[in-house]
Amino acid sequence: MSNLVFVAAAMLITVGLYAAMTRRNLIKIVMAVSVVGSGVNLFLVGTGYRENSIAPIFTNAPSLAMVMPTPQALTLTSIVINLAIVAMMLSFAMKIYQHYGTLDSRERRLKK
Amino acid sequence: MNKGLSPIVKNVAAVALVPITVFGLYVIAHGHLTPGGGFPGGAIIATMTALLLISFGTSWVKAIGKERLSMAESLGLVGFVGLAIMGIGKSFFNNFLVGQGLFFGNAVAFGPNPGWLGTAGLIPLMNMAVGLEVFAAISLIAITMFTAEVSK
Amino acid sequence: MNLLAHAPALAIAIPLLAAFAMPIASRVCKRLPKALSVAALAFTELLVLSLAAQAFSGKTITYALGAVSPDNVAAAGFPVRIILEIDALSALFAIASATIALLAIIYSIKFVKDGSKFFAAALLMVAGMLGMVFTGDIFSLFVFIELLTISSAALIAFYSGRGQPYEAAFKYLVVSSIAALMILLSAGLFYGQYNLLNLAALAGVLKFTFLDKIALVLLTAALAMKCGAIPLHMWVSDAYGEAPASVSAMLVVASQASLYALFRISFILFGKAPLIETIAWALIVFGVLSMFVGVSMAIMQKDIKRLMAYHAVSQTGYMLLGAGVCLAVINNPAALTAFGIKAIEGSLFHVINHTLYKSLLFLTAGAVIYRLGTRNLNEMGGLAKKMPWTAAFFVIGALAIAGLPPFNGFASKFLLYESVFLFSPILSAIAMLVSIMTLASFVKVFYAVFLGNEVKTNVKEVPLIVLAPMALIAIAIILFGLFPEIVLEAIVKPAAGALLNQTAYTGSVL
Repeated sequence: MSNLVFVAAAMLITVGLYAAMTRRNLIKIVMAVSVVGSGVNLFLVGTGYRENSIAPIFTNAPSLAMVMPTPQALTLTSIVINLAIVAMMLSFAMKIYQHYGTLDSRERRLKK
Repeated sequence: MNKGLSPIVKNVAAVALVPITVFGLYVIAHGHLTPGGGFPGGAIIATMTALLLISFGTSWVKAIGKERLSMAESLGLVGFVGLAIMGIGKSFFNNFLVGQGLFFGNAVAFGPNPGWLGTAGLIPLMNMAVGLEVFAAISLIAITMFTAEVSK
Repeated sequence: MNLLAHAPALAIAIPLLAAFAMPIASRVCKRLPKALSVAALAFTELLVLSLAAQAFSGKTITYALGAVSPDNVAAAGFPVRIILEIDALSALFAIASATIALLAIIYSIKFVKDGSKFFAAALLMVAGMLGMVFTGDIFSLFVFIELLTISSAALIAFYSGRGQPYEAAFKYLVVSSIAALMILLSAGLFYGQYNLLNLAALAGVLKFTFLDKIALVLLTAALAMKCGAIPLHMWVSDAYGEAPASVSAMLVVASQASLYALFRISFILFGKAPLIETIAWALIVFGVLSMFVGVSMAIMQKDIKRLMAYHAVSQTGYMLLGAGVCLAVINNPAALTAFGIKAIEGSLFHVINHTLYKSLLFLTAGAVIYRLGTRNLNEMGGLAKKMPWTAAFFVIGALAIAGLPPFNGFASKFLLYESVFLFSPILSAIAMLVSIMTLASFVKVFYAVFLGNEVKTNVKEVPLIVLAPMALIAIAIILFGLFPEIVLEAIVKPAAGALLNQTAYTGSVL
C-alpha cells in the first residue's frame, strides 16, 4: 500500500507525457504539461512521507516525528515555477490564437 | 469594456473582499510559523483581483494602473534580493537578524504555543517582499489576460 | 567586507537585482535601463573573470549560501545548505556565458526601443545561465534551468507583430518545461534514496541502483534535449530562427550551459558507474547524428537564421562526440591517456570556439536582416561593398565554423579528429565530412548574401555600436586561432582536468 503514491505519480506523469505528445489543441498541451508537473510534485511529496508523523510545523509539535520538510519545500518551489510556466504558455496560446484564429497545432505550423 | 455582473454579485463580492484580503495578509504574516508564506498569501490576495475583474468588470483597472502594479512587483523583488545582499557581511542570504534581540530577532519556541510573530529574523521580511511581488504579478497576469482582445 | 569572497553569489545576484529594478529604472529615465543592464553585465563579467582566474589556477571555490561564513560548507559533516561550487569547468562555461551576454546586450541597444522588458528578461537569462554553471546541487539546477527557460521564451517571442515567434516560443516552452520536470523527477529519485541533493555529496555515495539508472537516463535525455542534440532538436531551428539575433547568440550559450550540466552529471556523478559505456555510446550516437543530420538540414535552408540554427545543432554534435569518446574510455587509464583526455579537451575547446563563432555569425545575420528587412537568402545579394565590415566578420565566422586554419575552429576540430581517430576512424571521417559540408553551406550563404546582384541600392553599413561587439568577437576568434596552445594550456586543460578529477570536486565539499 505504501507504494500507492508512487504508482499514482507514475500514472500521472505517463498520462501527461502521452497527452503532450498526442493532443493537437494548444490548451490541452498546456494542461498536459501541468499534469506532468503534478505527477512530479506528487512523487516528491511521497518521498518525504513518514507514517504516523505530523506535519513539520514547529509551533504545535508534540514530538519530533515529523514528515520530511525538504521535499515539501522542493514541491512548493516547483509549484511556483509551474504556475509561471503555465501562465506563460497560456499567454502564448492566446497570442497564437490572435494571429491565426485557431488553437489547432496542425493548422499553422512553422515550416520544416 | 466589460461592465461586470449583476448588483447581487457585486455586493457579495464586495463583502467577500475583506475576509479574502485579511486571510491573505494573515498567511503572509504567519509564514514563518504556520504553513503558508509569501507566495500562497500573495496568491490569496490576488484572487481578490480575479473576483473584482469578474464581478465589477474592467472599469476600475485604469484607476489602479498596470504601471503601479508593475512598480509594486519590482519593489517586492528588489526588496527580496536586497535583503539577501544585506547579509553579505557574513554570506549571501545570511539571516543576520536572528539572535540579535532586535525586531524579529528571537528564536522560535518549540512545542505547542500560540506562535509569536517577532521571530525568525529575515524570513518574515522576505515573506512580505515575496507576498507583495506575487500579489502584484498574479494581479497583472489576471488583468492582462482578462482585458486582452483575443478574437481575431 | 571582501567583495571578491562573495563573487560567486554576487555574480548571480547582480543580474537578478538589475533585472528586478528595471521597471523602476525605466520610470526614472528612459535611457536608464540600457545603461543599467550594460553596467550590471560588465560588473558580472568582472566578477566571473576574477573567479575564473582563481579556478584556472586549480582551486575549487565553494560558497555556502546563508552560512555564518561562505566557506562554512559542511558544518554538520555533510552539506545542508545550498552550495555554489566553481571549478575550472564551471569557470570556462561561465566566462563564455557572461562575455557573450555582455556583447549581445551591447549589440541590441540599437535595436530595442522600449528596453526595460527586453533587458529584464536578458538579465534573468544571464542569472539563469550563471546559476546553472555555478550551482552545486541538482535542485538548484532545476530552478535555474526553469529561470533560463522562462526568460528565453519571453525573449524568443519578444518581437511581436508576427505569429511565428509565438509558435517557436510555445514549442520551446513545452519541450524545456518537460525536460526540466524530468530533471526534477530525477532529483526526487536521488533524494528519496540518499537524502542528498548536493552533486558532490551524491557522487560519493551513489550505489548505481536501478532507480539511479532511471535518473541517469532521464537526466541525459532531458539535458540532451536542452542542448539541442538530434533527435531532440525540433525546437532549436524554430527558437534560434525566430528569435532576435542577439537573443539567438545568447541562446547558443544557454544551450552550452545545458551541455555543462550534461558533462558534469555524466562525468562526476556517473563516471564510475558500470553502465557508463552505454551512456557514452548514446552521447556518441547523438553527436554523430547531430553533426550529420544538422549539416544536411542546414544545406537546404533558405532562411539565413534557420540555416545557422541547424549549423548550431551540427556543431553541438562535435562536443557530444568528444565527450562521448572520453566517457567511453573513462575507466580505462591507458586509453584515457592515449586519446580520451585529448577528446574531452577538444570538446571543451570547441565549446569556447563554438560560442564565439556562432554568436558572431548570428550577429552578422542580425545586421544583414536589420538592413535588408528579409531573412530569405534568395532576396539578398551584393552586400560585400555596402557592408564591408559585416562581410569581413561573416567570413571570419564562416571560416572558423568550417574549421579552416588559422581560425579557432580548426584548432579544436583538429584535436577532435586526432583523438576520435584513435578511438574509431569512421567517426573521425564523418566529423571531417561534416566539416566539409559546413564549408560548402557557408560558401553558398556568402555568395548569396554578399556577392552577386545588388537587390537594394540604399543599404548602409550598420552603426558602430552594432559593429563593435562583432569586432571584439572576431578579434577573439583570430587570436584563439593563432595561439591555440596558450588557450589550451590556460583554460581548456584545467577544465578537462577538473572534469576528470572526481575527488577534487567532491573533496572540496565534504
